[in-house]
Amino acid sequence: MILKIENLRAKVGDKEILRGVNLELPLGQVHAIMGPNGSGKSTLAQVLAGREEYTVTGRVLFDGEDLLTQTPEARAFMGLFLAFQYPVELPGVGNLYFLRTALNSVRKQRGLEALDAVDFLAFAQKRMDLVEMDRSLMSRSVNEGFSGGEKKRNEILQLAILEPKLAILDETDSGLDIDALRTVAKAVNALRGPDRTLLLITHYQRLLDYIVPDQVHVMTEGQIVRSGGKDLALELEHDGYLADAPDHTLPVGGTP
Amino acid sequence: MSTDIGEFTDQEYKYGFTTDLDTDIVPRGLNEDVIRLISGKKNEPAWLLDWRLEAYRKWVKKPEPRWQNVHYDPIDYQDISYYAAPKPKKSLASLNEVDPEVRAMFDKLGISLAEQERLSGVTVAVDAVVDSVSVATTFKKKLAEVGVIFCSFSEAVQNHPDLVQKYLGSVVSNQDNFFAALNAAVFTDGSFCYIPKGVHCPMELSTYFRINAADTGQFERTLIIAEEGSYVSYLEGCTAPMRDKNQLHAAVVELVALEGAVIKYSTVQNWYPGDAQGRGGIYNFVTKRGLCAGANSKISWTQVETGSAITWKYPGVILQGDGSVGEFYSVALTANYQQADTGSKMVHLGKNTRSSIISKTVSADHGQSTYRGLVQIHDTAIGARNYTQCDSLLMGKDSGASTFPYIEVKHPSAKVEHEASTSKIGEDQLFYCRQRGIPEEEATIMIVNGFCREVFKTLPMEFAVEAQRLLSVSLEGSIG
Repeated sequence: MILKIENLRAKVGDKEILRGVNLELPLGQVHAIMGPNGSGKSTLAQVLAGREEYTVTGRVLFDGEDLLTQTPEARAFMGLFLAFQYPVELPGVGNLYFLRTALNSVRKQRGLEALDAVDFLAFAQKRMDLVEMDRSLMSRSVNEGFSGGEKKRNEILQLAILEPKLAILDETDSGLDIDALRTVAKAVNALRGPDRTLLLITHYQRLLDYIVPDQVHVMTEGQIVRSGGKDLALELEHDGYLADAPDHTLPVGGTP
Repeated sequence: MSTDIGEFTDQEYKYGFTTDLDTDIVPRGLNEDVIRLISGKKNEPAWLLDWRLEAYRKWVKKPEPRWQNVHYDPIDYQDISYYAAPKPKKSLASLNEVDPEVRAMFDKLGISLAEQERLSGVTVAVDAVVDSVSVATTFKKKLAEVGVIFCSFSEAVQNHPDLVQKYLGSVVSNQDNFFAALNAAVFTDGSFCYIPKGVHCPMELSTYFRINAADTGQFERTLIIAEEGSYVSYLEGCTAPMRDKNQLHAAVVELVALEGAVIKYSTVQNWYPGDAQGRGGIYNFVTKRGLCAGANSKISWTQVETGSAITWKYPGVILQGDGSVGEFYSVALTANYQQADTGSKMVHLGKNTRSSIISKTVSADHGQSTYRGLVQIHDTAIGARNYTQCDSLLMGKDSGASTFPYIEVKHPSAKVEHEASTSKIGEDQLFYCRQRGIPEEEATIMIVNGFCREVFKTLPMEFAVEAQRLLSVSLEGSIG
């Protein structure tokens, strides 16, 4: 298991958003979490990445190690990556420079030598081609003035460069037109592999037509309430999130 | 990560050492006799002594300004020594004869007094000023070949008295303000540059100011004259030892650009800022002004102010020539208990004159940064334009930022724009960087550097790198 979540609860002030999440993600699989607005999907992603404004209880093991006591940067070093729903703009910070700094910081933790600007460019270019990233975006400030689609592509580029063990993609499909969605999905599929787990968070089944998951989980009111195979997504699309659980779905937190 | 912080706090101010130089220093106190003594030591002509004495008599009647948004205990002007000079072993026939102690001090500061090209391929001529006097000027001969005069102010008084007399005080008079009058009375050295008509100065000119002696003030004066159609880029850097007592630095810089001339003046100011409790540090009270005397001339100021306990300066441009251009780019950082009240004055007199002001202030810990600016469009300045942008970044809950823009417009055709913003380093931005594996400190510095980039990119390459490094070092202790 790359990720094992046990009874995870998270509060902001008095408001409990995650109410006992249980979930296991095996290495090398693609899982999707679906659910209505406000069900806690994005909070789960933020809490796993180490966002500090939540009061968190429960236990999360990442590759067998306790995750919740770690700083956000330490979680990145362990191999956890979050593709943000709303990528943040960093005015005046060059995109290429940002990517290289991030990669070298992670490489340092893994005992690898830093890449200089020339080596990094060669390394990054292949990955830029993968996400069909316009080269001119590399010399611009991080996400500043990027279109919605460009921002999402930039997230996937970072994923490709940082090569994490677990990548959480938070609403990566939102704001993408169909062509951009195809490009992003193609890149994400290319990044699937036996050493990497992907967790897709999405509202819509549409993304899952292009990135076919091994498992789908349904989240409502801060809990995983159903889990099933890829067909579950189709069923949700048809019946909505509130339909009664049919017999073939698994118990909460279950595995096939 | 904690070891990194330790390393950085130790090197917070790496220029804080003192050098044991044999120094000629006059007793503390200020009166007409001290001024006569300084003028005598420098073998000055009578007109210059008279000019100093006139300034002194105005100064004693001037009240010390109190309107600036900074706080400090009253300065005892009788408790300062107004002249300190490292004693030369003998008079210098060549640069090789510079006192080895002085040379070693500059080596330690990273400033080479040898005439060699730097690694980057950029050649920089240096005038090195220690306490009250210039100790060496490099590349003088090579510059003389194209007619550029670059020397200490004292030398200029001896060798080019006509030029000095013509232009001294022509932009900042000897009674301009309290500190400018004090400077005019007691100034001891500084740099002098003269760029002849049509000459593009073949290298960067720079002055490195170093305060070494204790209980002294530094009062230097710089005068740059760019004749018609000439170009010069000038850089200045400053450092001082760490001392518990505040030291006063009251300088004056005058720039004159004639028709079509361009002067680019860059400052990286890193005077000792005081310690984390706010003890010691330099009071940097400076008057800098340029005169675009000729049509289509241009004066551009860039300053990066990371040092000094208190910074108080408003580099400005008087846009007299039609179509002349004034620019001001500034980054002012205040950390610990530093205070800065800085900005620019743009005075539009000529037709179609243009000015722009880009100010970035960063306040950390208890740092207080104030932007204060004056844009004046006179009734003769038909079609004048100004653009002002002031951005403040706050780090830490005890820091503060204020903006005081003054705009006076006397011609209806003027276009004046002012934009201002105050922001904090966003939690979102920090979290984003940290999620990518960039530790908090590094992320903060990256975001602050990004905030200042618009200004840094106007600096010559080597200075831009130095400015970024200084910013990092100044911020290291302030994060987390």
